[in-house]
Amino acid sequence: MPSSDAMTAAIVAEGLSKKYLIAHQREQADLSLRDALARGVGQCLKAPFRPWLKGDPESGREEFWALSEVGFEIRPGERVGIVGRNGAGKSTLLKILSRIVEPTRGRFSVRGRVASLLEVGTGVHGELTGRENIYLNGALLGMRKAEIRRKFDEIVQFAEVERFLDTPVKRYSSGMYVRLAFSVAAHLEPDILIVDEVLAVGDISFQKKCLEKMESVTGGGRTLLFVSHNMSTVASLCSRSIFLANGRVALDGPTDAVINEYFAFLDNACDLSTRTDRKGTGEVRVTRISLRSEAGAPLNAVAPGQTVDICLAFSNRSPQPLRGIRSMITVHNRQGQPIFSQHNQLSGTDYGALPEQGEFICRIPRLPLNSAFYKLSYTISGFGDSTLYDQLADAIEFKVAGTGFFPNARAPSNSYGQTLVDGYWRLGEPADQGNYAEPVISS
Amino acid sequence: MSELPLLTIEAGKTERHYWQDLWRYRELFYFLAWRDILVRYKQTILGILWALIRPVLTMLVFTVIFGRIAKLPSEGDVPYPILVFSAMLPWQFFANAFSDAGNSLIANANMITKVYFPRLIIPASAVIVSFVDFLIASVILVGLMLWYGHQPDWKLIALPGFVLMAAAAAFGAGLWVSALNVKYRDFRHVIPFIVQFGLYISPVGFSSSVIPDQWRLIYSLNPLAGIIDGFRWALLGSASTLNQDALLLSGGIIVIVLLSGLLFFRSTEKGFADVI
Repeated sequence: MPSSDAMTAAIVAEGLSKKYLIAHQREQADLSLRDALARGVGQCLKAPFRPWLKGDPESGREEFWALSEVGFEIRPGERVGIVGRNGAGKSTLLKILSRIVEPTRGRFSVRGRVASLLEVGTGVHGELTGRENIYLNGALLGMRKAEIRRKFDEIVQFAEVERFLDTPVKRYSSGMYVRLAFSVAAHLEPDILIVDEVLAVGDISFQKKCLEKMESVTGGGRTLLFVSHNMSTVASLCSRSIFLANGRVALDGPTDAVINEYFAFLDNACDLSTRTDRKGTGEVRVTRISLRSEAGAPLNAVAPGQTVDICLAFSNRSPQPLRGIRSMITVHNRQGQPIFSQHNQLSGTDYGALPEQGEFICRIPRLPLNSAFYKLSYTISGFGDSTLYDQLADAIEFKVAGTGFFPNARAPSNSYGQTLVDGYWRLGEPADQGNYAEPVISS
Repeated sequence: MSELPLLTIEAGKTERHYWQDLWRYRELFYFLAWRDILVRYKQTILGILWALIRPVLTMLVFTVIFGRIAKLPSEGDVPYPILVFSAMLPWQFFANAFSDAGNSLIANANMITKVYFPRLIIPASAVIVSFVDFLIASVILVGLMLWYGHQPDWKLIALPGFVLMAAAAAFGAGLWVSALNVKYRDFRHVIPFIVQFGLYISPVGFSSSVIPDQWRLIYSLNPLAGIIDGFRWALLGSASTLNQDALLLSGGIIVIVLLSGLLFFRSTEKGFADVI
């Protein structure tokens, strides 16, 4: 029998687990076209029967538990934050509670209507007008037509798109698009609202508006489950938080305590010795990555415009001396787009014979990145013979936050660009034809 | 708070609320179909005319090839264009509904991974969209009948039954293919093949009376044969006869395809978001 608490709780989860099968990339590429074809044909022949074949030993699949034995109880009206690193299982948990995916093991109960907002603008269609999209999106989120009609004006007003209601959404600016999509979701009146990190988009004033809306939405006994990487948002919105690490509940308690624990955890997270997804011969291995200030102090987060040392501690196990080493880093944004790369040959640095232990240090003066999370990948390779020694994609994630790039002003919001550049403005004379300088053609 | 409905989801157990949910989300059927129709004809010059152009051109080609060049017999004194178009209508309905339903889950993959709703709505609304096209194209048949002065008789009242059969066949087959498509994209290539192949083995360009009697039953294993014969029987008046055994066979196969499609879809549905 469920306990009396469970009888009144808004959400009860018991032993929720989710298993995924991940296919490993083969170490060796196909040796020849013939091999590739042979394997391809073999797989094609097998493909129709695969659902009935029990195991497939060849494909080298491995079980991966995205979530294991997660349990908690949330009372009606509680606002609970869920924190954890990428891949800790936050999104999987929300997807299970939203009934998008089925748990592999365990069970959960929810009391009342659940609305989940895992992404801003799911189902928004660019060819449709704002008006049409409000109806479509509302229906997709589980609203009735009459309900949407009743709240239509409110939604439009909140989104600030009155003038563009009959314009196809594909002509909207990205800000308008996000406002429209969020506005529909914000006017749902669910008993339980599940929100994934959807506020990372949009400008700051709108983010604030959304947060206020969410707070008021959850005022009347509604329950909120909120995932964010932004700890200050979590702290201001949620009194209780759940910290997920490697698919398990690492801590469940008051938000302050959880956030402290989470930051302590992040400090140790730069240790790479346990990572198994490396590529390369392994003669040289990067064991730890840290970010340090000019003065050598370790950094939790970097401010835009700050001078930062990216330090890759390595160990060199090669029996013969290694020369002509190239150390390269690439920084991607969360969406996986590369932002920049650096390697030692760009500055003409030759390390000579590599010692057994040491650090590759890349100093970046005035980091030109806007506030966001970034991922760092590295490649240690030979320059002349192009041997790959060690490579790790998304080795660490780091946060850029704060101000400082522009001494006199706040940086434009992230939606205007992820890199920051210096620019110097002046007022010029009115330009007419005569004022243009003749193009100089060098002979 | 305790008067709020409690929903419990347990690993490996099918939920009891599925059909209830389907009812709760009934408006989404309408909205998805409405979206697809709106989107299809936006930024087009000819707009809704496209629903007419395809069947008309195919009808012309078939009339010339089968009627004039191959000189196949019509049914009684029915003009060949009407014979072809009365089959073109259910065939196009089936073909469009089947291929749209078959591709519908993949086309809406983004929704499937981000929002919960009974997935059955997606292929079902694809069938509804094709039904709208079917209604539009029916206008041409009415026009043809007026032009040739051909009048249907009382058997016309049976027509909705055959429309329902076509919808059920397309939905059932679409359920199979759409669910398989989620995991094995091979089936995306199977769809145009089935549609193309089906056009040749179904009596669209010719009357099924050209099929020798001893082969008639085997021919009706193709459910479209029964549907098309039914359409012609209901529309073409006394000239057309209905082979009852063949119709029952077609109907039985449609029921099997539909029920098995529903079962297969329901049993794989929960994994869609994981593999799509």
